[in-house]
Amino acid sequence: MANLSASAPGLQSATKGFIESDNTEQPTEGRAPLVLNMHKFGEVTHQVCRVAENRPPLAWYIAFAICLSMLGFLGFCVTYLIFTGVGVWGLNNPVMWAYDITNFVFWVGIGHAGTLISAILFLFRQKWRTGINRFAEAMTIFAVVCAGLFPGIHVGRVWFAYWLFPIPNSMDMWPQFRSPLLWDVFAVGTYFTVSLVFWYVGMIPDLATLRDRAKGRFQQFAYGLAAIGWRGSMRHWHRYEVAYLLLAALATPLVLSVHSVVSFDFAVSQVPGWHTTIFPPYFVAGAIFSGFAMVVSLAVPARQLFGLKDLITMRHLDNMNKIILLTGCMVGYAYSMEFFIAWYSGAMYEKFAFVNRAFGQYWWAYWIMVSCNVITPQLFWFKRVRTSIPLMFILSIFVNVGMWFERFVIIVTSLANDYLPSSWDQFVPTWVDIGTMVGAFGLFGVLFLLFCRYLPMIAIAEVKAIMPEANPHPHDHGVPTGAVGALHEPQSGGSST
Amino acid sequence: MTTMTPIPQRSSVRATETPTRIYGIMAEFETPAQITVAATKVHAAGYRFWDCHVPFPVHGLDKAMGVKRTILPFLVLGAGATGTTVAFCLQAFTNASSISIWALVWVSGYPFLISGKPLMSVPAWIPVIFELTVLFSALSAAGLMLFLNGLPRLSHPLLQNSRFRRATDDRFFVVIEARDPKFLRSKTEAFLKTLGAKHIEAVEGL
Repeated sequence: MANLSASAPGLQSATKGFIESDNTEQPTEGRAPLVLNMHKFGEVTHQVCRVAENRPPLAWYIAFAICLSMLGFLGFCVTYLIFTGVGVWGLNNPVMWAYDITNFVFWVGIGHAGTLISAILFLFRQKWRTGINRFAEAMTIFAVVCAGLFPGIHVGRVWFAYWLFPIPNSMDMWPQFRSPLLWDVFAVGTYFTVSLVFWYVGMIPDLATLRDRAKGRFQQFAYGLAAIGWRGSMRHWHRYEVAYLLLAALATPLVLSVHSVVSFDFAVSQVPGWHTTIFPPYFVAGAIFSGFAMVVSLAVPARQLFGLKDLITMRHLDNMNKIILLTGCMVGYAYSMEFFIAWYSGAMYEKFAFVNRAFGQYWWAYWIMVSCNVITPQLFWFKRVRTSIPLMFILSIFVNVGMWFERFVIIVTSLANDYLPSSWDQFVPTWVDIGTMVGAFGLFGVLFLLFCRYLPMIAIAEVKAIMPEANPHPHDHGVPTGAVGALHEPQSGGSST
Repeated sequence: MTTMTPIPQRSSVRATETPTRIYGIMAEFETPAQITVAATKVHAAGYRFWDCHVPFPVHGLDKAMGVKRTILPFLVLGAGATGTTVAFCLQAFTNASSISIWALVWVSGYPFLISGKPLMSVPAWIPVIFELTVLFSALSAAGLMLFLNGLPRLSHPLLQNSRFRRATDDRFFVVIEARDPKFLRSKTEAFLKTLGAKHIEAVEGL
């Protein structure tokens, strides 16, 4: 067996020149490996699959019970709303959007990290994405589910919600395609569909792994059905990789478009504080910021609970914290630029809107936003903070809180005090407002916990493909040609490759 | 050759039946390097109906097998162009025309006149045009990939083989199908043995 590789000179000469000239794929010297303590593909399979195959830890049951009861309360609040009317919320005449749209924008924003990790980082060949992309994508889909709930129940007469779509009907009635609110329907709808497809296509090979390992008949049937007959054929993999690249290339402009379109809901209107051209990039940066914070908030307990520390390593968390720092700075820049433009424009109402934000009736919300989004993330400049599990968890929660308040500040302060002082009013949330908001976290939690329990949490096939052992040309990494057995030795899979 | 850990037999394997036909011959390898070398040789030997089954896309293996580049991107381009056209026509019909067409029911367009803006306000239609272009392209990229791969397929001779289950875990398989014109059971088996496979076995057919 030892002379196998040596006896294929044709293959080596065909590929060697290409590999040597293109070093894009080779990691920089000295970086930590992306998979720790594992040098066999089977170990990765086992590490990930055992989460879905064994009983979850006690903490899972406790978390599930809490989330399920929150979801039940959401159901109660929504039912009460539908049977009574939107008056059960604290909305009033100037403040017609408040918690509902705040939550919508908050959840859509959370949903941006998944596609950013799976699509944009894929195009940039960031190999570290493989450890976290699967559950970040899952998080995206569940966040968009939560987001979709709010405009749906905010329309008032929920039974007419299908009027959002251009469905042929005998009333000769069509949506108004010049309205940003309708663009939103298409943007969020497309985003949800494409994210779901991307997630599922990425999961097919791993579902096949679970199918092939399944012991029980029901598991064999269910995973078998979900894996739709995948058998790892290289001819299939070839088209699969092309399709995956195409999906990434399509999802990249899509993810940037979604929050831009969400920001048009505000920017296209005439309300002071909303009518600014900075909104699309500012919203996208904020979305990535909050999304990564949510990934960190979920990854920290998940890797602990399910023993995935060798696959979601400190390097992954460190990288994510760097992105949080970067996008946090972008958001901070946007806040200050908004103020500058409000002054520089010379528009009286615009100037008032911003001073009122910081020092008016909602000053506390504004300063919570600034503290959580601009000030505390600056601690991530220190490597000690970026690599400290408790600190990064706390800071990521701060960012989530801050980003919720950002949307609240933008929406509510602008509406509460617009042009005519006689129509000013204050928004005070009711228990239904708060219950719906809390309940949405329950919905998200239930979906996420079910995902952790039954589906492959980490992209098994993708992680295997980035292991040093996966390289079919061992001589390119300094291992003698033909020494195939040496591939499993630690030195070839060590820290430098 | 190292010994393998025994794999529990799948209950549905019909081991007692005498196989009248076989699907093909399966050779098992342990590393990406081994299968890449083997694939080069099987391709050079002139087999046509054969495949490699691997737990992850092995870099360069498709080239070693002589797999031609898929036409998928061109099909997706067509689907994207369709999405663009559909989105434009949808908005032009519903918001800027008064013609009647049959779409599930008889429907007419409604010329929305707002603030004296032109009926064909194309700039305002761009977001929906963009979204539907992406939607059509993405759905077709995933759907056509599965279609060209012959998936979904819920039953396959290889999936009946208990040893083949490690193809999605940590083993690399070369399978030469019996329908290949060059296939001759004894000769093909001997040929696969020369490739240094860890294990060779015939896969029962249907």
